[in-house]
Amino acid sequence: MYSDKVMDHFKNPRNVGEIENASGVGEVGNPVCGDIMNIYLKVENNVITDAKFKTFGCGAAIASSSMATELIRGKTLEEAWEVSNKAVAEALEGLPPIKMHCSVLAEEGIHKAINDYRKKQGLEPWVEKNPHSHEHGETTCRH
Amino acid sequence: MGSKRIIYMDHSATTYVRKEVVEAMAPYHAEHFGNPSSIYSIARESKKAIDAARKQAARALGAEPDEIYFTSGGSESDNWAIKGVALANRKKGNHIITSKIEHHAVLHTCEYLEKEGFTVTYLPVDQYGLVDPAGLEEAITDRTVLISIMYANNEIGTIEPVAELGAIARRHKIPFHTDAVQAVGNIPIDVKSQNIDLLSLSSHKFYGPKGTGVLYIRKGITIDNLIHGGGQERRRRAGTENIAGIVGLGKAIELATADIEGHNRRIRALRDRLLNGILAKIPHSRLNGHPEKRLPGNINISFEFIEGESMLLWLDDEGICASTGSACTSGSLEPSHVLLATGLPVEISHGSLRLTLGNVNTDADVDFVIEVLPKVVSRLREMSPLYKKSGKEGGSNVQ
Repeated sequence: MYSDKVMDHFKNPRNVGEIENASGVGEVGNPVCGDIMNIYLKVENNVITDAKFKTFGCGAAIASSSMATELIRGKTLEEAWEVSNKAVAEALEGLPPIKMHCSVLAEEGIHKAINDYRKKQGLEPWVEKNPHSHEHGETTCRH
Repeated sequence: MGSKRIIYMDHSATTYVRKEVVEAMAPYHAEHFGNPSSIYSIARESKKAIDAARKQAARALGAEPDEIYFTSGGSESDNWAIKGVALANRKKGNHIITSKIEHHAVLHTCEYLEKEGFTVTYLPVDQYGLVDPAGLEEAITDRTVLISIMYANNEIGTIEPVAELGAIARRHKIPFHTDAVQAVGNIPIDVKSQNIDLLSLSSHKFYGPKGTGVLYIRKGITIDNLIHGGGQERRRRAGTENIAGIVGLGKAIELATADIEGHNRRIRALRDRLLNGILAKIPHSRLNGHPEKRLPGNINISFEFIEGESMLLWLDDEGICASTGSACTSGSLEPSHVLLATGLPVEISHGSLRLTLGNVNTDADVDFVIEVLPKVVSRLREMSPLYKKSGKEGGSNVQ
């Protein structure tokens, strides 16, 4: 059911862990729904020099976290903000429809971490362009 | 990879077909293929084979052969029992009593009948998954036409007080159905002394083939047909008989019920060693279901701070076949309705693991799982933000 890429990132997750004194942290998800993702960023001169994650969730949630952190490392905050859930899912060679919400969680985690950084810098948080346009698949947890 | 060792611990999902059963079925594909409804001699072989299987099934349940009806499996039997009795007794009433922890074949059938004008009481269960007989008695009204409570739960393995529940139903003259799909071969069943009016079973849970089951219907029970058509099964269940499947079911049920105590002793010993090993080695784990009143091969444990599907993927990587009550494998986002009904918090329900042991399992399997599982759990906990937050390292088990 999962692509080889998903299994690779699930079994050998990249960037697991926390960043001490992170520039920005994004905590998304809910234990009741079965997934929580924490994304940690280190930002230097507007560039994400390090990204790590901690995730409670299914195989797709862990793989999405791993891939998302890979995709944003080395990017400017503007570029990282543009990394969509679709990009995460595509980089993973696709996710089953019912697991698309895991990639949505990853996108939300990145956005939240970036805005956490911006707030700490005294900057206005960026606004989600289309908060409801994500491909949530067939199911979203309502908790 | 290639010849990776497989450790099958999902016997509640399905079992392999044992050799004696495969052999018993073999002649009924190409050789004795006659339609039992035909009158020529080769058809008589098929008819005889079905009659023999009917006797085997009846003997295993303490029933009469003409109370045994062959179906396509557990889901059909449940559908037939519930829809058939409810609809046939519609003039008497429109109330059904069942429990919150039934299999979906029962729950979704009841939900369908609710749309057709029936009202359904879903009895709660206690923390172990037990239905309270007093609660059943209280739920009965003069409109109640059917009570359906499972014999043993497929997820947490809890064995319900069926004889007692059946006695209450009998006293109120209400037909009592039990979904015994998980019980056959694990618990000695006697439909007469246990006050059972209708019983569903499925052959592939006790080393028989898939696609065959039985609905036992006690003589005198009023029930409508579910499958309409030809006159098979004494005009109650149409469709040309699955002869090979029925023969396989007969052989399998005979073997599965020949020495239940001996079988259970062996499986229970393996199960208990595995269970104790897991609980001793993995902190923040708890057993779901009843400590004693449970199926001999069933283990259902929740591990805090992790999610079940990711556990299954790692176990599969090690060749271990198991299942979970987590939402992530069920096609919905809600975790197991059974675990939730026992009062287990939702987030902990996501981290449940079911291991169901059976004939193929050995001491070496148990050792292997005890060695592998703690590593899988700690690997996932290390990347779980919940684990860190709780600040728990080590500690004792919650049971």
